[in-house]
Amino acid sequence: MASRPSRAKTWYGHGLPYIAKKRLPGHLIAIEGTDGVGRSAQIQLLRPWLELEGYAVSNTGWTRSPLLSETINEAKAGHQLTVTTFSLLYAADFADRLEHEILPALQAGFIVIADRYMYTAFARNSVMGADPQWTREVFGMALVPDLVLYLDIDVESLIPRVIMGKGMDYWESGMHLALGTDLFDSFERYQSRLIDEYRRLSSEFGFVSVDARLPIEELQGELRKHIAEYLSGANGKPRPDSADNGASTRKE
Amino acid sequence: MICVEGIDGSGKSTQLLLLERWLRSRGYPVHFTEWNSSRLVRRSMQRGKKKNLLTPTTFSLLHAVDFADRLTYQILPPLKAGMIVLADRYVYTAFARDVARGVHPEWVRAVYSPALRPDLTLYFRVPIDISLERLLSGRAKLKYHEAGMDVGLSTDPVESFRMFQSRVLEIYDQLTLEFGMHPIDATAEIPHQQRIIRTMVQEILRDYDRDRANGNGVPSQSR
Repeated sequence: MASRPSRAKTWYGHGLPYIAKKRLPGHLIAIEGTDGVGRSAQIQLLRPWLELEGYAVSNTGWTRSPLLSETINEAKAGHQLTVTTFSLLYAADFADRLEHEILPALQAGFIVIADRYMYTAFARNSVMGADPQWTREVFGMALVPDLVLYLDIDVESLIPRVIMGKGMDYWESGMHLALGTDLFDSFERYQSRLIDEYRRLSSEFGFVSVDARLPIEELQGELRKHIAEYLSGANGKPRPDSADNGASTRKE
Repeated sequence: MICVEGIDGSGKSTQLLLLERWLRSRGYPVHFTEWNSSRLVRRSMQRGKKKNLLTPTTFSLLHAVDFADRLTYQILPPLKAGMIVLADRYVYTAFARDVARGVHPEWVRAVYSPALRPDLTLYFRVPIDISLERLLSGRAKLKYHEAGMDVGLSTDPVESFRMFQSRVLEIYDQLTLEFGMHPIDATAEIPHQQRIIRTMVQEILRDYDRDRANGNGVPSQSR
């Protein structure tokens, strides 16, 4: 087991200069992965496990800020967004959660599990044709997560999951990009591009990539194993028990 | 693209209105757009201000959404159609106010990098006391964010306004050099200021007039 030295948190860019430097003893774990890959189901299972291990957990999720969530939903319904306004709305939502949820929880020593992080914006904006450098600069106020777990899946395996789940929706199919009039074709094209982008980001930012085609319990076991490994490295404490299984992990 | 900048109470909106009247009377096609006026983030902005949820970063980003939305719908199409766009406040407002609130100057410049550079930016320079006098004679109370109460410099609105807007003024002065804004003495008589402005505008409209005379609907835009 690789032990990771406990390290200070860093800002991705300029950070939040007006915030006094405070100790952030908590842990920030981001779960990334494309639409319908099963992030929320996995996060639901992680929380009780971590709590049983004695960690206080705080969840935060993309577009869930009290300040912006309504505005984003309305704007999506009204189809008046451009890739620029889209990105800035996401950034505002993110900043609101960063300052009101993530930082206070980290300060209080919680484990923060983020359902999607800035990499989602990087991936989507790239696919939607925004200047990638600009997107990254806008998210310069972000805190770099301690661990990014990437749920990796290929589009062929994703499709049946989405169809049997909540179905293909307008945005997740990238219909706003007008790639075609057929929902299925558009979904396939848009999601393939997104997945390509996520995989590129995964190697650039050192995500821990986990095979999301695994059955739920096995995937959960994999995630727990990586989190336990990270925590033991960060705390110098004995690692919490992770479910035993022999599933393979791809590290990119 | 012509825009006006300055702190609250500098008289910039009044001058822009007079300029608009004059341009329209001379037959120019004019489109007016104002800072923080798009419907897109109105509710978030109201909610954030009312419940005091805004941080310097979300305050900045909500205004950036407003700006980007207006850039798409209010600024670029009229410019492409060969109209004159008059903007009451532009990106320099963010560069001054948001930085006075504590965000990083490079970050806010990056956020607004999709903006295009105006052909003329007029900066209405006014001492704090005069702007305060104008604001307080017009209405009884200073607005919370206008006074920079969110920054926590003072619990007294007038004192807070003085401290916060002094910072903003200082940054505006630096921006004047950085971006070549034209300073206007906003303590001068209103008609006097307007005469100076009309002369400047006439100057930059010479190319525009020539293009229109040559039948080019779309004058070249400088970035």
